Amino acid sequence: MSIYSLVPAKSSTNKRAVTQVTGKSRSFLKSLCTIPVSLVLAAHMGFATAADVNTTGLAVTDDTVTVGILHSLTGTMAISETGAQQAEKLAIKQINDMGGILGRQIKVIQEDGASDWPTFAEKSRKLLVQDKVAAVFGAWTSASRKAILPVFEKENGLLYYPTFYEGLEQSKNVIYTGQEATQQILDGLNWVAKEKKAKTFYLIGSDYIWPRTSMKIARKHIENVLGGKVVGEEYKPLGDTQFGSVINKIRLRKPDVIYAAVVGGSNVAWFKQLKAAGINSKKQTLLTISVTEDEVLGIGGENLEGFYSIMKYFQSQDNANNKAFVKAFKEMWGEDSVIGDVTQAAYLGPWLWKAAVERAGSFDVDKVVAESEKGDIELTTAPEGYVKLHENHHLWSKARVGQWNKDGQATVVYTSELIEPDPFPAGYQ
Amino acid sequence: MGGYSYGELGAIFAMQGFSGISLFSVLLLMALGLAIIFGQMGVINMAHGEFMAVGAYTTYLMSSLTESFFPAFLPYYFILSIALAFIVAGAMGYLAEYVLIRHLYSRPLDTLLATWGLSLIMQQSFRSIFGAREVSPTLPEWLLGAYPATDMIDIPINGLFVLGLTIVVTLGVFYLMFKSSWGLRVRATTQNRVMSGAVGINTKKIDRFTFALGCGIAGIAGAAFTTIASTGPTTGTLYIVDTFMVVVFGGAASLFGTIASAFSIAQAQSILEFFISGSMAKVFTLLVLVLILMFKPEGLFASKVRR
Repeated sequence: MSIYSLVPAKSSTNKRAVTQVTGKSRSFLKSLCTIPVSLVLAAHMGFATAADVNTTGLAVTDDTVTVGILHSLTGTMAISETGAQQAEKLAIKQINDMGGILGRQIKVIQEDGASDWPTFAEKSRKLLVQDKVAAVFGAWTSASRKAILPVFEKENGLLYYPTFYEGLEQSKNVIYTGQEATQQILDGLNWVAKEKKAKTFYLIGSDYIWPRTSMKIARKHIENVLGGKVVGEEYKPLGDTQFGSVINKIRLRKPDVIYAAVVGGSNVAWFKQLKAAGINSKKQTLLTISVTEDEVLGIGGENLEGFYSIMKYFQSQDNANNKAFVKAFKEMWGEDSVIGDVTQAAYLGPWLWKAAVERAGSFDVDKVVAESEKGDIELTTAPEGYVKLHENHHLWSKARVGQWNKDGQATVVYTSELIEPDPFPAGYQ
Repeated sequence: MGGYSYGELGAIFAMQGFSGISLFSVLLLMALGLAIIFGQMGVINMAHGEFMAVGAYTTYLMSSLTESFFPAFLPYYFILSIALAFIVAGAMGYLAEYVLIRHLYSRPLDTLLATWGLSLIMQQSFRSIFGAREVSPTLPEWLLGAYPATDMIDIPINGLFVLGLTIVVTLGVFYLMFKSSWGLRVRATTQNRVMSGAVGINTKKIDRFTFALGCGIAGIAGAAFTTIASTGPTTGTLYIVDTFMVVVFGGAASLFGTIASAFSIAQAQSILEFFISGSMAKVFTLLVLVLILMFKPEGLFASKVRR
């Protein structure tokens, strides 16, 4: 950290001190005392006091800054959210080992959303109002994000949200580190249309907002851009484990591609029953947007062998950033851990926050957001390769198609160009 | 249905028929254990799904043990783990009855709460012991894939296996209930507890074993379902609603009713699902169920029980 970066912050503090003078004479005296001291410190040690980098009463002291982690540790979603919070803790530990942010060590307050959306809202209010955390890394499902969004907007908090999601949202108080729908869906469809000469598609998903919105975009793209045909569209209730009838329907329609967004326990049942029905990758192309390394643990590599996933990150990705990341992750969380797409996106959160805070020279949410919105914060150390934060709070990132192997890892067979995030795609709504 | 040959339609019809039967066997296997406990003892066991999960986790443990210590035994371990799932879940049921349920027989609503609490405790224990992630046992090769009956008809082997197992378990339950002297005592206790006690039947022991048997069958169901879906701490909650639906619709105290109810729900669900979407099929099935229960509140087969 250079002394120069602190200069603008300093001058703004002086202004604030001057305005205080007109209000209360006592604080004027106080300010007189603190200004020279902090100036001397800043000049000689590259250090700013808490009041300098935090004008909005956040939980920042002279040597620590407090952030929140808000994921489900219990309940249905614990399966998925465990990896995300592990990655966030790893990133925070690494940042602390490097000396922290603005000379401050990051302290974490972790809350459990318990897979329950009102609990998420309540806990985020606690983190923002009572703990006054400078940023929150958390939420996984769209439902939980929608539940905490009003809280973050009212209390002016800052949320880093890691999951790939349906788009159609952009809040001042949220940075989306996962991919929005167009970044995941369109390139995957283009790839399968080109590589597999696919013309007919069967869409199947779980029955809630993310699969439905994703399929809506997929259908528009298939019909309007690719000139293909959707021969079936099907939604199963969450948690349903019987796919016999759906599989028969698929057999009857003979689609070139099955396009799947089934989640949770249903996902496992779906792939097991496909295999049991004799539908495998030798006879059928299947592309899914809901299977990462995390899900494969439950589904079993042998049930997925040869099928494709479209994501932005796979654990098997061969680059120096990723090798270091996988090694550090396994050192911290055990040799058996696997890393899925969302886990990696969650890992980016603390790093993006660090970059924005250091540029702003302040933890103030408004300043950090203003820096983030300039659209030129980039991470060259991202495990997925390279990402850049767009003005619209989403990340520029690449889409990748992975083909699953029996051992539960994927081979990346296609990597796109860097895709501009577009949460409100014209012509797809 | 233009554009399809009769052969194709025939094949789909056959496979669709099988998927209905397959769903039937799944529902029946789930509901048998609950029907015994609910029907014979009047206890609403909210932890039924968790006893299924016990069976599933037993299978998972067996699979991991076999894989690391006796890899050669892998093709056969599954049969053994079904037996073990029955014993483990049965033993835990026995314990639960002894510690918890027997103190609450005179308070049916309290058993509902107590078993619900038990289910939460069990879920959290699974999470602490096995972790929050879903697990799947490594299945033997012969259980995977499909049996190609003709060129166009593929019959899922795991479906056949569950069907076979359901038949064996159902026959076993019928023998126990209607042919053995133990079953006679169970039925006597159900019909008139005080009188049974008076003629020398140890009704407390009967209760304990009935509860253990129901839980043991839940364990078998759990083991069998590892071939269809995965196992997580909350897997049980996925099944419990369907299970109750089958038992209530069938008429609480009747095993025949349970079979008839599982069959009709499964066929309705599977046929409807072929023509309309999955969610709507479920809605229609439940609507019809509600309508029938409005006119026949006792369920399909109401048996005469002295209260």
